[in-house]
Amino acid sequence: MSQAQKGDWVQIYQVILPVGERAPQVPAETAGVPLEMWVKGFLEEEQAQVGTDVTIRSLAGRLLQGQLVAIKPDYEVNYGFPQPELLTIGVELRAILEGNGNV
Amino acid sequence: MSNTSYQAVIARKPEIIKKATNIDYAAFESGEIGFDYERMMSQVAYSLNKIRQIQQETGVGNTPLLELKNITALARQLAGPGKGARIFIKDEACNPSGSFKARRASVSVYHAKQHGYKGVVAATSGNFGAAIASQAAMRGLKSIIVQEVFDSRGIGQPEILEKGRACEAYGAEVIQMTVGPELFYQFLLVLEQTGYFNASLYTPFSICGIETLGTEIAEQTLLATGRKPDAVVVTHAGGGNVTGTARGLQRAGCESTQIVAASVDLKGLHMASDIDFNRKSFTTGHTGFGMPFATSPDRADVPRNAARPLRYMDRYVTITQGEVFYVTEMLAMLEGLERGPAGNTSLTAAFVMAQHMECDEVIVVQETEYTGAGKHPSPQLSFAKKNGIEVRRGNPIENVPGKAIIIPEHPGQINIKDINLDRVRQSYLRNALGSVGTGALHPQDIEFLAAETRLEAAIVEKKVREIQANL
Ligand SMILES: Cc1ncc(COP(=O)(O)O)c(C=O)c1O
Repeated sequence: MSQAQKGDWVQIYQVILPVGERAPQVPAETAGVPLEMWVKGFLEEEQAQVGTDVTIRSLAGRLLQGQLVAIKPDYEVNYGFPQPELLTIGVELRAILEGNGNV
Repeated sequence: MSNTSYQAVIARKPEIIKKATNIDYAAFESGEIGFDYERMMSQVAYSLNKIRQIQQETGVGNTPLLELKNITALARQLAGPGKGARIFIKDEACNPSGSFKARRASVSVYHAKQHGYKGVVAATSGNFGAAIASQAAMRGLKSIIVQEVFDSRGIGQPEILEKGRACEAYGAEVIQMTVGPELFYQFLLVLEQTGYFNASLYTPFSICGIETLGTEIAEQTLLATGRKPDAVVVTHAGGGNVTGTARGLQRAGCESTQIVAASVDLKGLHMASDIDFNRKSFTTGHTGFGMPFATSPDRADVPRNAARPLRYMDRYVTITQGEVFYVTEMLAMLEGLERGPAGNTSLTAAFVMAQHMECDEVIVVQETEYTGAGKHPSPQLSFAKKNGIEVRRGNPIENVPGKAIIIPEHPGQINIKDINLDRVRQSYLRNALGSVGTGALHPQDIEFLAAETRLEAAIVEKKVREIQANL
């Protein structure tokens, strides 16, 4: 879906400082990339395509402008994969506590 | 409309911050670099009784102090005869928003409301954002949180993404930025555009809110064990946690309790580096903040930092990322408490320290925090592996920040490293003299530096002469 409707929960994007305008104290790898910003909110326009400039109303009620980059953006966070390096720790510690492990 | 270029906004910083905090910091300054910290705390911050009342109104504090009996038993198995202090933990995850940061936010948000501000703004990638958003929701203020989240590939640190989600859950506008200290520019711009209160982590309001954590630890430890805590271990980053907790303990008469700061060792990783940013698995409680804030506290978003950790820490220790992940599992599996990450940094240090203390002594881990998607060891290690970090069981001495996370094979391999506080004091003095150069200092300056470093005035004078001679 690349078309958002008024009131949709969307994400906008802006370049805050382009390369060349970064603060002097940042390391080279940071100076070589722009400072970017994303904010989410409700779309103000009747309709808008991803990639166009839009206005949103943030949760704090502010009107903010930027390029529409996502509609109902994913939170992304999860619990990842079970980690073999961690899975046996509990059993090992119990064994030590119960006198069956090597102290 | 005023000029919103980077240079113009940074140039307006003093007036923007003044309007947004409403504290006259200059009133507490004297000499060249001197500043009367205690007078600022007593005149600007609230009284302990008032803080308790403010926190009671929004359900902050009075968290349980839990004895970690199984972890204590494990430590005693590893310790020599007669050794192995009782380990307690303050379950700060029980605060609204899930961490001790609710204490810090509570007074700031109260103060903002009292002074007619319509909203609060905070620059934080940590638990403080959710704490501010939660307290603001309770008191009917707007909140805006400015976070450093992504590297230039647009990849977000999982823990920070989760904290951003939590802020939104409490109704905050979340401004997500890529890596870089110029986040501060965006923060100033938001303050200027909204006229909201600067709910900084580092005002007297924020720091005094943590003092109740110290007083509660004193009271609860006495009730549970009949003695004052022999040591309190505090996860250390920006220094508010150490400062507020220690001040509270002092107020409660625990002058001889040892205050131990603990940070995850991230030596070698640059905090403003777009590359290093996603090569770490801890976003706070690490040396990347802990060292600079101990040696140069006035680097914050207010002119004078109310968090002055070097005044309060009796000892500063580091542990590795892998050791903290291991202890996080230990806490869940042996004590039935799924918590962390940050609080488990101090637990890891306490687990080692307890083994060197007498069995009738008491060591208190000063906090837990909520865990969840992104914050938990499994997403963090999944993320680390995806970013090319080696993860394996082994001896933690093989740990290399940003390259290898070593999960201990045995609890006996967990160790702490002491940071030499004399060296920290020396770099503190060098930083403090940076702005004066070889200029003469006033008696108030020497008095200030002595309080900051806990050194005799005569020793400070000698060190100052040595440093200035080498400039
Ligand atoms: C849960 C938790 N513990 C400890 C800390 C460290 O506190 P401070 O930055 O005041 O040293 C933080 C803050 O980043 C935190 O969120």
